[in-house]
Amino acid sequence: MTTVYDTDNSADALTVSDVLAVLREHADSVDRDARFPAESVEAMRSAGMLAAGIPTEFGGGGHSLSELARTARALGAECASSAMIFVMHQSQVLSIVRHGKSDAMAALLRRLAAEQPLVASATTEINIGGDVRTSSCAVEYDGEHISLSKTAPVISYGDYAEFVLATARRSQDSPPSDQVLVVCEKPNVVLTRTGEWDTLGFRGTCSPGFQLEATATTSNILGDNYGDISSQTMLPAAHILWGSAWLGIADAAVAKARKSVRKAASRTPGLTPPSALRLAELYVVHEQLVDTVFGAAAKYEAIADSPEELGAIGFAVKINNVKVTASTLVIDIVGKALQICGISGYRQDGDLSIGRHLRDAHGSAIMVSNERILGHNSQLALVYKGK
Amino acid sequence: METLNSEDSARVRDVLEKFGKLPVPVAEIDASADLYDSGLTSHASVNVMIALEDEFDVEFPDAMLQKSTFGSIDAITSAIARLTD
Repeated sequence: MTTVYDTDNSADALTVSDVLAVLREHADSVDRDARFPAESVEAMRSAGMLAAGIPTEFGGGGHSLSELARTARALGAECASSAMIFVMHQSQVLSIVRHGKSDAMAALLRRLAAEQPLVASATTEINIGGDVRTSSCAVEYDGEHISLSKTAPVISYGDYAEFVLATARRSQDSPPSDQVLVVCEKPNVVLTRTGEWDTLGFRGTCSPGFQLEATATTSNILGDNYGDISSQTMLPAAHILWGSAWLGIADAAVAKARKSVRKAASRTPGLTPPSALRLAELYVVHEQLVDTVFGAAAKYEAIADSPEELGAIGFAVKINNVKVTASTLVIDIVGKALQICGISGYRQDGDLSIGRHLRDAHGSAIMVSNERILGHNSQLALVYKGK
Repeated sequence: METLNSEDSARVRDVLEKFGKLPVPVAEIDASADLYDSGLTSHASVNVMIALEDEFDVEFPDAMLQKSTFGSIDAITSAIARLTD
């Protein structure tokens, strides 16, 4: 937990435990004020974390998905909003790493490694019925120059990102399913806020709607089509890393439940308090969440270089199941932890307070709705045999 | 390589016409053309898979349920041929 990442300014580099301390210090105010966790993101940058997923040949940390998952888990235990920003950023960066496929994209990766700007995502769009595999907006061409106009109902940390990866139809003649992914960079992308972000949880992700107006050149379009980027990288990385951040939320809640039970035990030496049984049950569910997340990360790494296996319906079903399972389990775990902590957990003050974890946990099933993911799987289930 | 007879190829095109929701008539699509580039969505492709299983009374094993199997009319006909062999 004290790995120092390689960065140019290694004299000033923070360790992971330094970063976690910064997240811990600001988590409550970030949550209370629904403000961007600027200190936490700056700390991650100082530790080289925003470049962790970029291969070392480009100057990044060269971390595997499992390693990113472990980092996300540690962050999630301190500040779930900061952890979500970390994992959303990584999913975007990994998409460029694996699907950029041009000299311009290689140069971009070197910049992302050196400067560590935040990279946000604009995949959703109004009037597409929530299906991110279709776009309404299209890239317009004027020679080498391109432009893009998109109405996005959500762009997480859009106000604080230097780059936004936006999906669009390849051209105005393309069908909705023929999508590309465009790297938009400020100030050549202007995001105009169309709403507010005042939610129950994940308040620090600052994810309102935006009108996006971007200009770029054709070299800003990733080499692979978005369908392949999504199925081979962005979706699996997102679901596994979100699950890891949520596991961090579960870790925090379990730690408070354990503390509560230990307190009770210390009052009755020699007698195991009744709440210890509830804690034992809690570990059963917690173990399932650990296995779900790290099992999926290992599975992904095993087939990461096989587009055929990544593109199979069986893997799509599995990776959707990871998201649904992880979100269902984290909600269950935090709820159980609250019952164990009792009034101390219910209180908003005190070191056993569960409120923030409970509100964040519910966001896991709502932000990218489980209903929609199950709806997608329900169609795949008609043809998938599960063997 | 297994091939379907022309009558079977026509049945594949019929299924695509009914369930592929393609923006162009299937008759205008070359047998080797990329169906996804031609506008086949992932949602519609699953409906095509289901309809093909019903039409030819076959079951695609999970290992065949991937993009490349359904990437072109040629790819579909050869997949069906393998299953009906």
